[in-house]
Amino acid sequence: MSPARAVRKAEAGPLPHGRDAAAAVRFVNVSRHFGSVVAVDSVTLDIAPGEFFAMLGPSGSGKTTCLRLVAGFEQPDQGHIEIFGETAEGVPPYKRNVNTVFQDYALFPHMTVGDNVAYGLMIKGVPKAERDAKARDALAMVKLAGYETRRPAQLSGGQRQRVALARALVKGPKVLLLDEPLGALDLKLREQMQEELKALQKEIGITFIFVTHDQGEALSMADRVAIFNEGKIVQVGSPNDIYERPRSRFVADFVGSSNVLSPDFCSSHGATSRWTSLRPEKIRVFPPDETVPTGHAHADGTIKMISYQGAVTRFNVDTGNLRITAEMPADGADFEEGEKVRLIWPKSAMVTMEDGA
Amino acid sequence: MSQAVTAERGRGFLGSISDLFFARPKLLTFVLLLPPLLWIGLVYIGSLFALLLQSFYSLDDFSGLIVHEFTLTTYLELLHESNLQIILRSVLMAAVVTLACAVIALPIAYYAARYARGWTKALFYLAVMMPLWSSYLVKIYAWKLILAKEGILNWLAGGLHLSWLINAFLAVPVIGGPSLSFSYIGTFLVFVYVWLPYMILPTQAALERVPASYLEASADLGATPRQTFWTVIFPLALPGIIAGSIFTFSLTLGDYIVPTIVGNSRPFIGMAVYTLQGTSGNIPLAAAFTVVPMLIMGLYLWVAKRMGAFDVL
Repeated sequence: MSPARAVRKAEAGPLPHGRDAAAAVRFVNVSRHFGSVVAVDSVTLDIAPGEFFAMLGPSGSGKTTCLRLVAGFEQPDQGHIEIFGETAEGVPPYKRNVNTVFQDYALFPHMTVGDNVAYGLMIKGVPKAERDAKARDALAMVKLAGYETRRPAQLSGGQRQRVALARALVKGPKVLLLDEPLGALDLKLREQMQEELKALQKEIGITFIFVTHDQGEALSMADRVAIFNEGKIVQVGSPNDIYERPRSRFVADFVGSSNVLSPDFCSSHGATSRWTSLRPEKIRVFPPDETVPTGHAHADGTIKMISYQGAVTRFNVDTGNLRITAEMPADGADFEEGEKVRLIWPKSAMVTMEDGA
Repeated sequence: MSQAVTAERGRGFLGSISDLFFARPKLLTFVLLLPPLLWIGLVYIGSLFALLLQSFYSLDDFSGLIVHEFTLTTYLELLHESNLQIILRSVLMAAVVTLACAVIALPIAYYAARYARGWTKALFYLAVMMPLWSSYLVKIYAWKLILAKEGILNWLAGGLHLSWLINAFLAVPVIGGPSLSFSYIGTFLVFVYVWLPYMILPTQAALERVPASYLEASADLGATPRQTFWTVIFPLALPGIIAGSIFTFSLTLGDYIVPTIVGNSRPFIGMAVYTLQGTSGNIPLAAAFTVVPMLIMGLYLWVAKRMGAFDVL
């Protein structure tokens, strides 16, 4: 919590005791073009030391390019990047104290698991006995003790992921970059790795920057999340902030699902005449004669579709000028398609947004 | 109703054969493989075996007839100094040609695998393969004209006042000679030219399988470009280079046309085989000479495997 708060203070104005103290990674108006395509469009961002920071967005939104700018695989066309107060632009990847877990793991197929993990130390000239010991420790940390002599090809996807993690951590980087590291794993393994990564980050206390297109992953793991769209950061905040108070239609739609209500609809339902987000799970479905309690808004309509999702049931209701999606726990949902219903939700669940674009 | 499920079709001879193959896929594999297996088994391996057999016969010095009795004297003849020199000369030339091909091919193959896309890739394949489309003899004679004393290279060097450079090369003992087309340098240049495509293509294929993320991971872990080359790129290109070197090495070892046309007329293995089986009629010794490159290649591959060159495959 505290690093996140410190960063928010930094965004508000310059820190009293010098700017170097604040950020693990700082972007100031950073842009990166590929030909005519603007991959990253004047991004300004501070990531605090020890923070678990997620970059979330659809593919092509610039999140991976931002990560590669930190790693040094890309150089900015404009703007300024700092890593722990040191200027990063123009510095090649091999001179940066950050390490990366690659999406495809990028384990060297001609080396054993142990040699892969010890690679960074071997390059640094650490004596063999010492680097082998450190590689063993790193492998034990990711629960792969005893796998030193295997080849990457002999491991499962989840095990390779762990080796990549051990290899990136063995040199003790100040910042760990993770480029969709769980994308290739199946659901159960992914959930397990999410918990382990989170625990690992707490244990070693270094900055993690995690790129993902999976909003559930970002919300469950990160201290703060930046939402990317078309090269820009459209919102930064805690997972709770992002989910409960989306500032734009894009964020409301991309993080979870949302009903975006027009200014007209809102004013006719007793709210401010602005674009508004309303989460489906905040809406309850009732028979049409249900009384509306105070502090609540309602809309009447006909159920067009019911889809069973396991834990919840989703209702698509036609209210005349707007289709509204509502979600209810499966046991309270005794309705049929074509039935007339009344949707009721607390007015506090209507979140005013800055734009409806 | 059953017609809806099983389509009605001709039950002719071909129909029943294809039904048989469908039911027994292994039979189809066998039928498809039989002709090439016969070819390789009888014509190819068989003639090789006949050759091997010949090398254990000997030539009667007096009558000039082949004695069809098992003996190792033909192989002992290989150890005569003049014959040993032929072998040594051929092996050295093959090794130097292979090394030069590898050094020239690697950057070209790297460029093609990493950077060439679309039309530049097409251009790469065209540039590498096109020399293979013209006759080998024509190319060698063209080189003879380029390298001859009155040839293009000397003419060009004269124009640029660089004749002294060529003369300096030709003055080097052993590899030099009266002109480039009558020296080991000339033989070497032509060998490198004719076999280079066979080195570039497998090396490029090996590098094609090295994703950019390996190089990024190496840099990410602190390796300078030079360290990345020696610890990641080269080991992963090695199986391709070895595959290419099998071509360049064995083709050089057995070739007799290049050193006959461009060279100082000191014999290589191929030339020795050609003379022995033709002019001298000494088929056993020619066969024994032919076994030498096979042994050398076998040894070479064994060492390469022991050194882990194929671990990536």
